Amino acid sequence: MQKYILRRIVISIPVFLAITVIIYGLIEIAPGDITDYFIRPELNMTNEAEDEIRARFGLDQPVTVRYFNWLVNILHGDLGYRFTNGQPVGSTIAQRLSATILLAGTALVIGAIVGVSLGIFTALHQYSKWDFLLTGVSFLGISIPAFVAGIIALYIFSIKLGWFPSGGMRPVDREPTLITSIQHLALPALVLSLAPIANFMRYTRFSMLEVIRADYVRTARGKGVPENRITWRHSFPNALLPVITLLGLSLPLLVVGAVFTETIFSWPGMGTLYLEAVNGRDVPLLMGMNLVIALVVLAANLLTDIAYGLADPRIRYD
Amino acid sequence: MTNQSQSVMRLGSLSWEEEKSARRDDKRILRRFLRNRPAVFSLITLAVIVVLTIGAPLFQRYGYEQIDLRARSVLPNGDHWLGTDRVGRDVWSRLLNGGQVSLVVGFGATLVSTLIGTVLGALSGYYRGWVDMVIMRFTDVFMTFPSIIIMLTLAAMLPRSVWTIVFIIGALSWTGTARMVRSQVLSIRELDYILACRALGYSDKRIIVVHILPNVFGSLVALVTFAIGSAILTEAGLSFLGLGVPPPTPSWGNMLEAARNLDILRNVPWMWIPPAVMLVLTVLAVNFIGDGVRDAVDPRMVI
Repeated sequence: MQKYILRRIVISIPVFLAITVIIYGLIEIAPGDITDYFIRPELNMTNEAEDEIRARFGLDQPVTVRYFNWLVNILHGDLGYRFTNGQPVGSTIAQRLSATILLAGTALVIGAIVGVSLGIFTALHQYSKWDFLLTGVSFLGISIPAFVAGIIALYIFSIKLGWFPSGGMRPVDREPTLITSIQHLALPALVLSLAPIANFMRYTRFSMLEVIRADYVRTARGKGVPENRITWRHSFPNALLPVITLLGLSLPLLVVGAVFTETIFSWPGMGTLYLEAVNGRDVPLLMGMNLVIALVVLAANLLTDIAYGLADPRIRYD
Repeated sequence: MTNQSQSVMRLGSLSWEEEKSARRDDKRILRRFLRNRPAVFSLITLAVIVVLTIGAPLFQRYGYEQIDLRARSVLPNGDHWLGTDRVGRDVWSRLLNGGQVSLVVGFGATLVSTLIGTVLGALSGYYRGWVDMVIMRFTDVFMTFPSIIIMLTLAAMLPRSVWTIVFIIGALSWTGTARMVRSQVLSIRELDYILACRALGYSDKRIIVVHILPNVFGSLVALVTFAIGSAILTEAGLSFLGLGVPPPTPSWGNMLEAARNLDILRNVPWMWIPPAVMLVLTVLAVNFIGDGVRDAVDPRMVI
């Protein structure tokens, strides 16, 4: 097992390097560079002055040298400073990351619990009225994009019904308490959990349907095991195995969903920060965030594989 | 006559009888598709949407860029069927013309991604070995990273136009196609008729393009259908974030962007409800058609 974990980590390293090359390459092929920030049309800057700025930021060196300098820096944990306000990129991201983890984490927990429960329910009642209804709704759930669902939820539940605040993380006029925090978190987290609920439900239903037709379940039924025990002791654990993979696969989806949900609900997380970076052409911040997102996704994949290996003793590690 | 039957005739490895049965298969697939009621209903819905958007000039009473400052934020009425926006532009005509953009991006981006995915997948599956290794690791990296993040970065860096969006979405959505084509090519290349092609001394290019790919396309149809739906959504998403199709050109996404303004969201719902409805309707239709196609082509997939 240890060897397996070690090998999975070693395999992740070239993937990580490839991602850094893509992140760096994307910025490199984009037109314009840092001198654009210093150009004032009224100052009539000479080419020499532009070159001097480039030299100060090390842009006069060949691209490979710059890439390796950047790589060494990020491996030391130095992500550089923002173009727009000069603050360190690392601490800016750390600040915003916690807000996104709160939002996306809540959504994932809701998604997994509700989705798996509904999946098992519909599988046990296949072809019933509820099965058709819920399967249909889940089809709707994966077809409606997060931003449409978010707008509709905001319109109905905040503006028309006034049940929830219309955005942000805390009230503007009062000290935040646990209750106000939950009020602010509830609607965006529910919107963000729609896609995971639908995915977990479809996945669990499929996997459960496969398991309850397996020979060992028929054997259990044949020797008179109570139906409840068959469902929860014999079928459920095995049906849950492939669902573990979905936990890791959900992460990129949550990141994408978070960009939209945070925008709609003015949630001060990574999604809104990313848009700030994009709109301000804040290159160091963009690269830093791409890197963090890549690391999180890679780590999630790694953990998923390891968790799957731990949960299923039939997986062989050689 | 299809490419497939041409290649079959040229090879002469199938008898006339067998070719007729292949054509009967096509008919059976069509009949299976037509029996799927949601899919057929979706196809009709999509056809109506396509006709409305392509024929937009025939169905609109105002130009989509025509500003009327005396009729700002007008409620839907007999004159402006879906009302007007804040500068007095007709929402109905913007909806139709916006649909044009959404469909162009949906089909255009899918064309680009299918092209890239087919080429990479075919090379990977046909040559195997290190070519396969390199292309598949490359694909893994692209699959790991949420592609909309790269799209946002690119959209911010590149000049903004509809064609940039088509290129960006297409260039980052090919991974599924590449994997699918690869797996198909891997199995087809082992068939006897490919061995015959090699014995006849055909070039690799000819074997791949003329003899393998036509047989891959059948299983690709469903994937392509889903890809169109997802490209339409991606365009809408990018435009919603203000990084997609640049105004004043309307698209369903940038019409929805108006709803980010709480005042419009609250007081002018006819500005954002129509594009939201059209978007969901179109994508649902496309997904149902995709489901129908998949079930018709490969009935074993029916759950």
